Amino acid sequence: MNMLLAVLSVFVLAAFAPLLQRALKDATHWLLALLPLGLFAYFLTFLPPIRAGEVISTAYPWFPSFGINFTFYLDGLSLLFALLVTGFGALIVLYAGGYLKGDPQIGRFYLFLLSFMASMLGLVISSNIITLFVFWELTSLTSYFLIGYKHTYESARKAALQALLVTALGGLALLAGLILMSIATGSRELSEILTMGDTLRDSALYLPILILVVLGGFTKSAQFPFHYWLPNAMEAPTPVSAYLHSATMVKAGIYLFARLSPVMAGTLPWTLILTTFGAITILGAAALALKQTDLKRILAYLTVIVLGTLTLMLGVGGQAAVKAAMVFLLAHSLYKAALFMAAGSVDHEAGSRDVREVAGLWRVMPVTFVATVIAGLSMAGLPPMVGFIGKELIYEGLLDNIVLLVAMVVTNVGLFAATFVIIIRPFIARAVKAPKTPHEAPVSMLIGPILLSLTGLAFGLYPALIEVPIMEPAVAAVLGAPYDFSLHLFPSTFTEPLILSIVTVALGIVLYLFWTRTQAALASLDPKLDVGPAKWYERSLDLLTWTADTQTRLIQTGNLRYDIGAVFAVAFVMAGLTMLFKGGFDAVFIAPQAFFYEWALAVVMLAAAFAAVRTKSRLTAVVALGAVGFSVALVFVLFGAPDLAITQFLVETLVVIIIALVMIHLPSFRLDEEPDASTRWRDGIIAGISGLVITLIMLTVISQPFDRTLSAYFEAQSVPGGEGHNIVNVILVDFRAIDTLGEITVLAVAAIGILALLKLRSGQDSPQKEAS
Amino acid sequence: MTSVILRTASRLLMTFLLLLSIFLLLRGHNEPGGGFIGGLVGASAFALYTIAYDVKAAREAFRLEPNTLIGLGLVLALLSGLFAAFAGDAFLTGQWLKFYVGDTQIKLGTPIFFDIGVYFVVIGVTLTMIFALEEEQ
Repeated sequence: MNMLLAVLSVFVLAAFAPLLQRALKDATHWLLALLPLGLFAYFLTFLPPIRAGEVISTAYPWFPSFGINFTFYLDGLSLLFALLVTGFGALIVLYAGGYLKGDPQIGRFYLFLLSFMASMLGLVISSNIITLFVFWELTSLTSYFLIGYKHTYESARKAALQALLVTALGGLALLAGLILMSIATGSRELSEILTMGDTLRDSALYLPILILVVLGGFTKSAQFPFHYWLPNAMEAPTPVSAYLHSATMVKAGIYLFARLSPVMAGTLPWTLILTTFGAITILGAAALALKQTDLKRILAYLTVIVLGTLTLMLGVGGQAAVKAAMVFLLAHSLYKAALFMAAGSVDHEAGSRDVREVAGLWRVMPVTFVATVIAGLSMAGLPPMVGFIGKELIYEGLLDNIVLLVAMVVTNVGLFAATFVIIIRPFIARAVKAPKTPHEAPVSMLIGPILLSLTGLAFGLYPALIEVPIMEPAVAAVLGAPYDFSLHLFPSTFTEPLILSIVTVALGIVLYLFWTRTQAALASLDPKLDVGPAKWYERSLDLLTWTADTQTRLIQTGNLRYDIGAVFAVAFVMAGLTMLFKGGFDAVFIAPQAFFYEWALAVVMLAAAFAAVRTKSRLTAVVALGAVGFSVALVFVLFGAPDLAITQFLVETLVVIIIALVMIHLPSFRLDEEPDASTRWRDGIIAGISGLVITLIMLTVISQPFDRTLSAYFEAQSVPGGEGHNIVNVILVDFRAIDTLGEITVLAVAAIGILALLKLRSGQDSPQKEAS
Repeated sequence: MTSVILRTASRLLMTFLLLLSIFLLLRGHNEPGGGFIGGLVGASAFALYTIAYDVKAAREAFRLEPNTLIGLGLVLALLSGLFAAFAGDAFLTGQWLKFYVGDTQIKLGTPIFFDIGVYFVVIGVTLTMIFALEEEQ
């Protein structure tokens, strides 16, 4: 087994998930969870070699000539993420099976979820930067399907589109940044780029690269001012939120910053950009989190806080900050996924996740309650949880920077208070009448929260479990150099971080007690922090629609005469001018030597063309044009091109039939429709120029000596290479088959377009009609 | 349009046109013809039938939805190209199977399937247009 297979197997399972669902019904999730679980075990086997400092890489060619390959690269950082993606993936699949039980489209849900999992796994172990980008955009795309899963709700569709546009546009910036990076370093492999830190930092392209990469990371990891899509994405079913917003999707940006830290961090722009936006994000999100009453939205803003914190810590850089970031990342993934799942269970079993509507659930949902408390304590940063260690390390990492330290303490006070809202309100506070009679969630929905929250507790009590095998290699990968450290639950002496923690807890309790009043006070913040950026998004969408609308009305008037005139004018005036200025016209008029029947054909064509222009009847015009076409076909026959001639005959015949069918629907020529003189002159000039340009080009072509290279090649290769004597056909279906494939695809699209135009116009099957 | 002569003639002609279209399709690799030309002849056959009778009758005679034929054709062309992957060749490289039946050498290749794909698409597209236009009335 290898890493490519690991990624592909999940994609394959995704494709078969709907079929499995149909066969296995309610037992599907137990089976589907086995694959991510197996992959989790598979990645666990890499722990010893990675710990020994090895880097595992594999390569499979994809487009070797472009330097695009499936190369995978596993070091401490990739391994940490791979374990999170697969381990959490298994639990989420189980949870989803319980949560969406009875949903008629659950098979499709598994398809989206597993595809997302595979994309995310590919992203975190990719070494080739183009492959990395492909997986990056695949996560955007699959998360679009996941967020918009309840597609009958307009809010879900809007949130999904918002997430897609924001993250995919950021992805394009990332692509530009990655390509610049490959230009600056001359490599498309992260494994090589990661050794070229000095080259990259000294490159003139460093700043553009940094800005583009940061745009990609900020949009994905919901940093201000792109944070608004994340809370809106709570429209997704809870399993999705629990997966995307704890350890995967939104951490992709963080992964990117961590991945590139060894070669990009440490410069002034890096530190400035990451810390500034990180700080704005955490303070803004803390304020917004306290405003919410929906469990999931509170958790969403708390996620934004964490993402801001991680961005900030990676911006600060250095051993202490990076260590803090990695430990906190793991801690957050564990507690946030558990809390999301618990919130989903509350919603599922009690019918609401508004903290004002559900209360006193600890009696009826004891297991969920215990999981929430343990995970919540970790989130609040209380001992003996791993979250406490993470928070201590963050304070420790920021001790040198008083501004960031204050921002962090203020944020954590908010986070602490919000945590208490989540634990106490729905579970402990005096019972009110819930929308439905609550009961404990089914086993599949309990495994995840319990396992993850207990893991957080275990890692807190025995930090040695993660210290050497996982954390040290991960931190070393981010720093680009080995770093030995040890994690302790409690510091041996009474240190500043501990004091700050105590201050945080004290202020947090106070803030919680005044929660209702704080909410009112924070009401004015919303327009500035949240609605503001979202408005920009709305406006830019409106601008896009407006531009498309105006442009369409300007270029496509719906007047056929005008449209055709515009096409010919642009095409031939451009071609003519180009030929003129580049000295392309090199026509020598050769006196024609033709047989009398060829002259006769030419006369017929001219007469027919003249008739087509002068006639007042459409039918005559069509017939006259047909005469021109058939004459051209005869020319093909005379000059020995039977395939062309047959095609021309058939096309002319069918065109006459189709035009005749169209004409039945057109009103007959009326005098007031007769174009006026200026229109006639305009059309005449356009037609004249088009004819002149084509004639000159044709004369130029026949004035050149005929190059037989291609003809000779095809003549020689037709039978041995294409097994056919008809060169035209061999070219069409073999030598240049991909062109033909493109052409028939265009044909198919055109047919769909025509069908849509005709059917929608007549009002049958039109969407408007269905809606009304 | 109800013309007894046209109706009678079209029934006869249609058989020959369809045979001709298949003939043109199959001989295309060595003689003038091919999927595009064959497809146009095939489409003309049904166009004639549509004019002689009406769309409803033509649709019944055609049996398939023309849209479906477009999709089938595209898939067939695509699959014929993917065949090359088994030989390790680039997409759409022709693959040939040669064998003898008696003294005659038979050559079977993926380009013929590609050409049949083109044939289907051309018939499907043309008839989609003609049927849709005719139904407009």
